[in-house]
Amino acid sequence: MADGLTTETTSAPGKLISLGDYSSIVGSAEVDEIRALAQRLSGKSVHMVNSTAVGGGVAEILSRTVPILCDCGLRCRWDVMTGGNDFFEVTKAFHNALHGMPYKASAQALELFLSYTEQNIGQLTFDGDFVVIHDPQPVALVKARGTPPPHWIWRCHIDVSNPQPALWDFVLNFVRRYDAALFSSPSFTRPLPIPQYLVSPAIDPLSQKNVPLDGDFVQKTLERFSIDPKRTILTQVSRFDRLKDPLGVIQAYKLVRKYKDCQLVLAGGGAADDPEGGQVLSEVRAAAGNDPDIHILELPPWSALEINALQRASTIIIQKSLREGFGLTVTEALWKKKPVVASAVGGIPFQVIHKFTGMLTHSVEGTAYQIRFLLSNPAIAARLGENGHQHVKENFLITGNVKRYMLMFLNVSGAA
Amino acid sequence: MKMAETLFQFMAASSLTRITGQRATMLMELLEELRRCSPASIFNHTFQTLQEHHFLTGGFSNDFAQWALTACKEPQLAERLASLDIRHYETLTDLKADLVATLEDYLALTPEAARRRAFEPFYFCEAVTVVVPTQWQAKTLPEFCEALRRVSVHTVYYHFVTARLREPLAVNDFSWWLESSLGLKDLGDKIEQIDIYTHTLEAVRQSILEEATPWLTV
Repeated sequence: MADGLTTETTSAPGKLISLGDYSSIVGSAEVDEIRALAQRLSGKSVHMVNSTAVGGGVAEILSRTVPILCDCGLRCRWDVMTGGNDFFEVTKAFHNALHGMPYKASAQALELFLSYTEQNIGQLTFDGDFVVIHDPQPVALVKARGTPPPHWIWRCHIDVSNPQPALWDFVLNFVRRYDAALFSSPSFTRPLPIPQYLVSPAIDPLSQKNVPLDGDFVQKTLERFSIDPKRTILTQVSRFDRLKDPLGVIQAYKLVRKYKDCQLVLAGGGAADDPEGGQVLSEVRAAAGNDPDIHILELPPWSALEINALQRASTIIIQKSLREGFGLTVTEALWKKKPVVASAVGGIPFQVIHKFTGMLTHSVEGTAYQIRFLLSNPAIAARLGENGHQHVKENFLITGNVKRYMLMFLNVSGAA
Repeated sequence: MKMAETLFQFMAASSLTRITGQRATMLMELLEELRRCSPASIFNHTFQTLQEHHFLTGGFSNDFAQWALTACKEPQLAERLASLDIRHYETLTDLKADLVATLEDYLALTPEAARRRAFEPFYFCEAVTVVVPTQWQAKTLPEFCEALRRVSVHTVYYHFVTARLREPLAVNDFSWWLESSLGLKDLGDKIEQIDIYTHTLEAVRQSILEEATPWLTV
């Protein structure tokens, strides 16, 4: 169950992230420009609502976006919707169905969803200038909207391009009451009667996952996992999920091995609470066999620094997904100036511009070939890495995320 | 030190991307959607994308060319689309007409490419731009150079590239101001010649500063 929570009503005491902390990364001119935009919104209030305070990409992004918006002079509040296990079981089923998995919502499930929505409407106050509702769980809170202000915005972080039609019709009844919808990729959208905007997910260069690391820490991390730092390291960071195609990665690695000496690291979250994940992990282990150069690492959720170190130590990062959301592990790798070989699915083509910021592939064979090509052409690999870093700096950092929210607020309020 | 007749105000331009819902899964559809898309879409996939990818100088030009290359595997069409230089256009309508004509010509010669399914769809988006003044202004050439060092590359792009779509048409803001307010036509002409397709925006900034240096003592 998620606990009810309100965070950051204004710039709070203590060491909070501020926009100025990023000036050494994005440049003081960019910081000045964001502050200039913020002046147009000075004194306005923003109310963010999602369904979890910790864990998951949305909470991670909000935990950074909210303090930065406050630091820029907006009054920003973040509320977390409350609900029992029964509510989150229903919304998990909704989530899967909106991704296209078979599901028929019972009348009881819809009633329970609406009942928790009403309960939260009774507990929350929507008195900001801008209310931003994140994802489908709290989507029906829009029932509370009165006459503007506030302006209501639905930020959809998931791919709803191919949902179960009946459930989508139910959700659409609420979505149409918003002023605008924000999506992570144009490919995740559906026709809507309201304006849709692109707001790419973002990484925080100051977070543990992305902060520069001491070389000793990277070295010790490799030693801990018995990875040879002197030899080529190919890495895919992903949970053990068929859609991430770890078996395809092993096949590609085996094709590369015919030409190049290398090691393969498959690093992902633990699978103890995911029966299918456990099965996939068994299949991956079976496919790896007794190859001592395939390192299958089950890492706990608090392994951000280790993941960071593995990415930094890698020669090439692979993301051979069959389906993908935005693919923030790709963003992280690009930020670390790593050459990336990735499937052209989901949000990946927005990050990996073929032959400019990485290599896009469509098959095991293509993946293996591009890895061999980059291993044989380290100067090209290095240039892709540099370009990838610039691409993330321009488009996928948390500061850009804040800027796009400000542009959105100016736009929906007619002040642009 | 010569004072300008009018102040140069450096502006910051930021863009939000609007998803239009228009999409193409093959070149024939791209042509159809191109014909009916808005000027804001043309701007987004040409001017705006060049700015967002300014650090790529190895042939990246616009989204249409990139899609033709990577999703449709049509390198000849990609080269032709990429060769359309946005600095040659005073209106987005003219640019759109040439994009359409390039695609029509290609499909007339290569009809089998028209209905071949692309690996990924092309999604038409529009740029919604907000412009705000920065703290930087100039009344003299040294002030101009100092401010140019301080502003973001996006400000450089706004004044150096997208300015061509604003009055006075077909000239960048820097050259226009240097000529009309400081009487430095030769310097303005030199700056106008800097190639945005083979330089990063940071390199454009450096080139402008290098061109201006000899004039600082005049």
